[in-house]
Amino acid sequence: MELTFYIAAAVAILSTVMVITRYNMIHALLYLVVSFLAIAVVFFTLGAPFMAALEIIIYAGAIVVLIIFVIMMLNLNAESVKTEEEWLKPRIWIGPAILSAVLLAELVYIFTAAEFQQTAVVAVDARLVGIALFGPYMLGVQLCGMLLMAGIVGAYHLGRQNKKVIHRFLEKEAAQ
Amino acid sequence: MNGVSMEAGLLLAAILFILGLFGVLIRRNIIFMLISVEIMLNAAGLAFIVAGMRWAQPDGQIMFIFILTMAAAEVSVGLALILQLYHQLKTLDSDAASRMRG
Repeated sequence: MELTFYIAAAVAILSTVMVITRYNMIHALLYLVVSFLAIAVVFFTLGAPFMAALEIIIYAGAIVVLIIFVIMMLNLNAESVKTEEEWLKPRIWIGPAILSAVLLAELVYIFTAAEFQQTAVVAVDARLVGIALFGPYMLGVQLCGMLLMAGIVGAYHLGRQNKKVIHRFLEKEAAQ
Repeated sequence: MNGVSMEAGLLLAAILFILGLFGVLIRRNIIFMLISVEIMLNAAGLAFIVAGMRWAQPDGQIMFIFILTMAAAEVSVGLALILQLYHQLKTLDSDAASRMRG
């Protein structure tokens, strides 16, 4: 089980690196799916099988498909890959790379300095999660429902296109 | 079942979070910035799952469900904003939207 965790972790890190360095958006999204699947395996080894299923269904399923639909609507072509290549020069990314490396070094130092007890993994299945979710966390579930409702209304309102409603004869007259 | 140390899980979460942060910083394309924010949210959820594993309690998984809900709402609103921005400016460059022109 431990070896599975480390292999899945390595796959997740590698594919995430590929996501943020690709020029082509679809390639990046495919690597993102691989990354999410690897993290789902990590969840499974950490004793959260229900979360592994949710990770695949919602992240790798719904969210990535949503982004792919938007990319298809944008009609991107080979030129956009070239502009991506121009935007991602070493001069641009060297500064953020140093800053993030410093932050990562700090985090690694904090985690290695602290002492953690090694405990056996006990699988917490969907039944226990459901009992806790609809017991003490009831308010959180209702707030999540409101958040999703606000998300739907917001996405509909923002996504609406204000088309000019002009009859085609009138448009021809206006052009003349 | 063999135990996975909490340290390794938290380190994985930290590395993924930093990678997402790096993606937000270096990319000019708005869609890539949105994807990197998703990576960061996912890393935060992973940290919660690791904490839930340490004490074998469902609370960490419940926080992950909340993060998942928030990510879904965020990505739908964000993609609607991106579509609107692309129709207005005809580009995905985030620098093009730096002025509000109110």
